[in-house]
Amino acid sequence: MDFELSEDEAALAEAIRSLCAGRFPLDRLRAAEGPGRHIDTAAWGELADAGVFSLQVPEVAGGVGLGMAAASVVFEELGRALVPGPILSTHLAAGTIDGAAEGKTVVGSVRRPATSGAEAFVPTLVGHLSSLGVLILVGDDGLTAVDPTELDAVALGRSLDPLTPLWRIDHLPDGRPVGGVEEARTWRRAQWVLGGALLVGLAAGTLDMAVAYAKQREQFGKPIGSFQAVKHMCADMLVASETARSAVHAAAVTIDQPGVGDPERAAAGAGLLAAEAAIKNGKTSIQVHGGMGFTWEVPAHLYLMRARVLAQSIGPVDDLAELVAELY
Amino acid sequence: MDLRYSEAEEKFRVELREWLAVVLPTLPPKPSALDWPARRIYDTTWQRMLFDAGYAGIDWPVEGGGRAASPVEHLIYLEELEHAHAPYVGVNFVGLLHAGPTIVVEGTPTQRARFLPPILRGDEVWCQGFSEPGAGSDLASLRTRAVRDGDEYVVTGSKIWTSHAEVADFCELLVRTGDEGSRHRGITWLAMPMDRPGIDFRPLRTIAGSTEFGELFLDAVRVPVANRIGEENDGWRVTMVTLSFERGTAFVSEVLQSMEVLRDLRALARRSGAWSAGEVRRRIGHLGAELDALWALARRNVSQAARTGVPGVGGSVYKLGLSELRQRIGELGMDLIDGAGLSWDELEGLDGAGPIGNAELVNTWVHGFSRTIAAGTSQIQRNIIAERILGLPKG
Repeated sequence: MDFELSEDEAALAEAIRSLCAGRFPLDRLRAAEGPGRHIDTAAWGELADAGVFSLQVPEVAGGVGLGMAAASVVFEELGRALVPGPILSTHLAAGTIDGAAEGKTVVGSVRRPATSGAEAFVPTLVGHLSSLGVLILVGDDGLTAVDPTELDAVALGRSLDPLTPLWRIDHLPDGRPVGGVEEARTWRRAQWVLGGALLVGLAAGTLDMAVAYAKQREQFGKPIGSFQAVKHMCADMLVASETARSAVHAAAVTIDQPGVGDPERAAAGAGLLAAEAAIKNGKTSIQVHGGMGFTWEVPAHLYLMRARVLAQSIGPVDDLAELVAELY
Repeated sequence: MDLRYSEAEEKFRVELREWLAVVLPTLPPKPSALDWPARRIYDTTWQRMLFDAGYAGIDWPVEGGGRAASPVEHLIYLEELEHAHAPYVGVNFVGLLHAGPTIVVEGTPTQRARFLPPILRGDEVWCQGFSEPGAGSDLASLRTRAVRDGDEYVVTGSKIWTSHAEVADFCELLVRTGDEGSRHRGITWLAMPMDRPGIDFRPLRTIAGSTEFGELFLDAVRVPVANRIGEENDGWRVTMVTLSFERGTAFVSEVLQSMEVLRDLRALARRSGAWSAGEVRRRIGHLGAELDALWALARRNVSQAARTGVPGVGGSVYKLGLSELRQRIGELGMDLIDGAGLSWDELEGLDGAGPIGNAELVNTWVHGFSRTIAAGTSQIQRNIIAERILGLPKG
């Protein structure tokens, strides 16, 4: 038993971190804020080249052949860097949807409402629709694929997360089946764990920002980080992000290594704690930044808004809490 | 990251489990919580059984008489003892977890030979004299004074929160040997024999009605200089060795025990009908997810200790998270039993033949308040996290 990152895992995290620093610096991301923006295909290709999408595709099928633990390390870094786009659903679709693993097809996903069907009225919000090659509908009974160009979609003027442009879809078709009950369950579980990893990255990233600000901003002749009221907010943020990180890593390893625990309970708990940590830390970071935290210029808000987007995609978190209770 | 145990680790687990299955049924019945002499006999009998089987001082180095188990084996040891409902370390706590490990690292060969074997065998019990009425979180301001007189120190002052002093043979005592105002630079660590004249103990009653600790009054108590661990005025550094032991694996049993309480609460909610309320299910699920996460964090801390030789800074994160979580588990228990939570008497019938009775749940709730105070308050833990992990400036 050694529940620390292996040398390979640490090197992988470092590689993704430096890729993000070079390719997705915050000022470049922010230049692309706004409605209806397309995903930067060159940058998407670099994510593919780094193995982000093919990471869990077996080597015999041309992938990297790693597991959920390695993926959780990668997605934490992508979350920390606020990398936009449906990176998680494209990763999960690799091996099932042609071109996903290679970064040629951008794959989005959305929870299929239980009442869906050709005639059902189901207003649904989908991110990055204009960039998608395929949209996966995730239902309890299976996965279906829809051609986004066939959807009657309306671009929204403003989205909560300025880096996640949204489209409204009133009628969702059934789509063509690409997975059964088992594939749908695997998809959901992986979403909780790797969505959790993205959220842990957000929780940790916004904490780093808050701590850096608290060390530098002076009031009453001292850095505000020397005051206990501020210190304790930062300490609580670390407790939230470290607890959630442990939960996400444990869930990932529990999926990779059968027999070490209940993967469903571990994954649901990880998603729950990661969503809460990212939202809590996002809010606290704005508070630590004071008035500047409420300005558009300071990026503290981006972490909180992205946390909302991701929490919504893996939630509802109340359902995750109930699932853990059911399995406890 | 690997959560699988090696073949050797599994072998260690199986041997321990088999041994526990044989010896636990031979233990005498547990004494009353208020009967300290009986508790000493019970706890030290158990310690002697561990010693005879080679499990005493599981994490101590071989030169200290310990088993030198790896941190992972130590974790397995705590896990198996908790699952088997083996006795808690009890009156042996200070000897095994505080004083002993300090003497292992800082004691002379003579001191090790004198003090360590009786701790491991359960022959001698230790208590702790660190905090004072005027020195709690600010331990470095302690004022109990020791004045050198030939081969002895003459110690005068008072200590507080001392557990099981009435049955202890030695006290790990922090005294002021430097000037007033010397703070951490003028403190010395002494092993004070508890049979010396001038020692008076007054138990304090807790909000649970129990007597778990008390005040120690020292009036010109003579302690041999030979009982000084480390150099004079170097006691603060010597003490830090103890505290780093305390934040390693010390709370592992608690997270496992809390999981069991939560499973009992879940069964209680199922039976009482409270389960039909979504809010109750979500509270249980949330607490369960947090406990699972803390168990994962415990394994991370242990893995860090296995790699680097010292428990990671994650200990403060773990301690803070767990102590606040235990309070919320206590609150859930009180909410589930409703009116039965107003009574310390067991109310059979009100709650039925529950998986867990009202008296135990009241006890869990009330004791929860000590968790965020003892072994470093949650506020001090937050300062430690902010300053030592996040690097925020001292105030």
